[in-house]
Amino acid sequence: MLEKEKWQELSKAKENWEKGTVEKALSKFKERQEEFNTGSGIPIARLCTPLDAQKLDYENDLGFPGEYPFTRGVQPTMYRGRFWTMRQYAGFATAEESNKRYKYLLEQGQTGLSVAFDLQTQIGYDSDTPIAQGEIGKVGVAIDSLADMEVLFNGIPLDKVSTSMTINASAAILLAMYIAVAEKQGVSTEQLRGTIQNDILKEYSARGTYIFPPTPSMRLITNVFEFCAENVPKWNTISISGYHIREAGSTAVQEVAFTLADGIAYVEAAIKAGMDVDDFAGRLSFFFNAHNDLFEEAAKFRAARKVWAKIMKERFGAKNPRSWKLRFHTQTAGSTLTAQQPDNNIVRVAIQTLAAVLGGTQSLHTNSRDEALALPSEDSVRIALRTQQIVAYESGVGETIDPLAGSYYVENLTTEIEKRVWAYIEKIDALGGAVKAIEQGYIQKEIADSSYAYQKAMEAGQRIVVGLNKFQMEEQPVKGLLRVDPAVGEAQVKRLQELKKSRDNAAVQNKLADLRQAAQGETNLMPYILAAVRLYATEGEICNVLRDVFGEYRPVEIL
Amino acid sequence: MAEKRIRVLVAKPGLDGHDRGAKVIARSLRDAGMEVIYTGLRQTPEQIVAAAIQEDVDVVAMSLLSGAHNHLFPKVVELLKEKNAEDILVLGGGVIPEADIPFLKERGIAEIFTPGTPTGKVVKFIRDKIGEKV
Repeated sequence: MLEKEKWQELSKAKENWEKGTVEKALSKFKERQEEFNTGSGIPIARLCTPLDAQKLDYENDLGFPGEYPFTRGVQPTMYRGRFWTMRQYAGFATAEESNKRYKYLLEQGQTGLSVAFDLQTQIGYDSDTPIAQGEIGKVGVAIDSLADMEVLFNGIPLDKVSTSMTINASAAILLAMYIAVAEKQGVSTEQLRGTIQNDILKEYSARGTYIFPPTPSMRLITNVFEFCAENVPKWNTISISGYHIREAGSTAVQEVAFTLADGIAYVEAAIKAGMDVDDFAGRLSFFFNAHNDLFEEAAKFRAARKVWAKIMKERFGAKNPRSWKLRFHTQTAGSTLTAQQPDNNIVRVAIQTLAAVLGGTQSLHTNSRDEALALPSEDSVRIALRTQQIVAYESGVGETIDPLAGSYYVENLTTEIEKRVWAYIEKIDALGGAVKAIEQGYIQKEIADSSYAYQKAMEAGQRIVVGLNKFQMEEQPVKGLLRVDPAVGEAQVKRLQELKKSRDNAAVQNKLADLRQAAQGETNLMPYILAAVRLYATEGEICNVLRDVFGEYRPVEIL
Repeated sequence: MAEKRIRVLVAKPGLDGHDRGAKVIARSLRDAGMEVIYTGLRQTPEQIVAAAIQEDVDVVAMSLLSGAHNHLFPKVVELLKEKNAEDILVLGGGVIPEADIPFLKERGIAEIFTPGTPTGKVVKFIRDKIGEKV
């Protein structure tokens, strides 16, 4: 039988099924909803058949793991080789406290570190800055200088662990501190493995810890690319993040589209700064969110890999296959966790873990059940880590590569997400790229619209959240939440003041003056930052020099 | 004469960048017919109070997810008092542990809305409270 006739026959058979068997059932018993849609608004068919995947060309659209276009995964053996890195984002209070938590997590079988910094560290203020009061040590660890960083990694050999640091506007400075700690441990920069987030564009559009305007921020980022290409070759120089875009309320499609558009902007900036695309593209990494909508999420990761491979190969002409690979970290969705019946969150996180693993993630953070209430307690963090370990060791999902491939539904969703992502990228290109789109408030508005639409749908009962708008119950307040002692702030300020008395202040001022001069020119700032950091110049002092030269970002407020 | 619309300042105190909740509340209050001014991120208590007085608002609604609420929310109430503007209704929302709520209420924050609060509940609370005063 000819191919065309075969499809026609199947199409007819499906029509008969709908008109016969289905109609009969519907006449007695209607479906739950008039129509079904994914979280991104993609219509979901009652049944997918080979008809929905008939245009799929296996070799071009899916290919093989470790090969272009990487739809099925970036590594040839995926989790048969080794599981994803289990990496819990942690940090609070002082460097001592966080150091204890890291050692605890490593003892529990975690395979990489992920450092959370408090807000003034992320925004480049020292702990004695007035606006920092009340925030010290709250959402992460307070780091003012190399002295704090030495305590943070005390007893943790930096040649043995890989460390991810959620730091953006001041990423260059924290990376310099990490390198300086390694030097003291006798570990060379070539041995260092890890990631700095270093993604300023999503700070403007979704996360909020920006300092400088876009142009000097992009310069700092490309300075890091360049410095690491020469000195820290195993370091992931950026983690281009959709996570926070999604947490801010975007859909899955928008998450991928806005992230890849940011990625395009970074690649363009580095090329413009004179780098060859293949010299840095292999060290770009990504960071996505995993929500509850299991199949759409798994399809999202597959689509993202495919689109990025095409961007790198066709748009930027990258030659090295490494440059085509979208490697990514995933975190489960904090915004899906409820303060109501918090133990239910363990189940949500388990589903989201499956989505990330079925989507082929390289590393994963699982959220703790109590995160809608406070920073996670040690017990909750352990359960979250155990959730990953159960999926890895007991579920069997990692034993074959990309097990959802070939599902008529998942392939159809993958294609549909890809199509919608390309449409957004074209739109952002037409606006002049991601930086321009953010400056005009376009991306912020798109996110806010989706977030509000979701809230309305939930309040109208069109979206059900168990325990929140259905199946509620009376509850007692949760006990055993983690609290950061307010004395932490005072102690940190005291530490900082003592440091400023004990170091060689004349030498610090010299290095800061060198940095100022370098910032006014066009040279790479990393060596100057590193020189200042080694002498215990504080993060706030370094950022203040750069604020003077670069100015500060003033956002457009979009409601 | 047209009925005076309730004016609300939605504010983000401190360094926290999570503004999803603040924006959703701002839009909901606007859709409910109130006039809403949004401060944007990183406002000091002093800036929030200055904006509240300048904009002549009836309500200051603050959102904070960073854990600095015990420090920042009462500060706003104190400064409003200093400026003789204690008639302005002060509300708080965000990731705020149950155990902190009595302290915050004692310090003059009229109500604390925690995650999962339907927006309609906030609208109703404001209408009831401001309605009492008018």
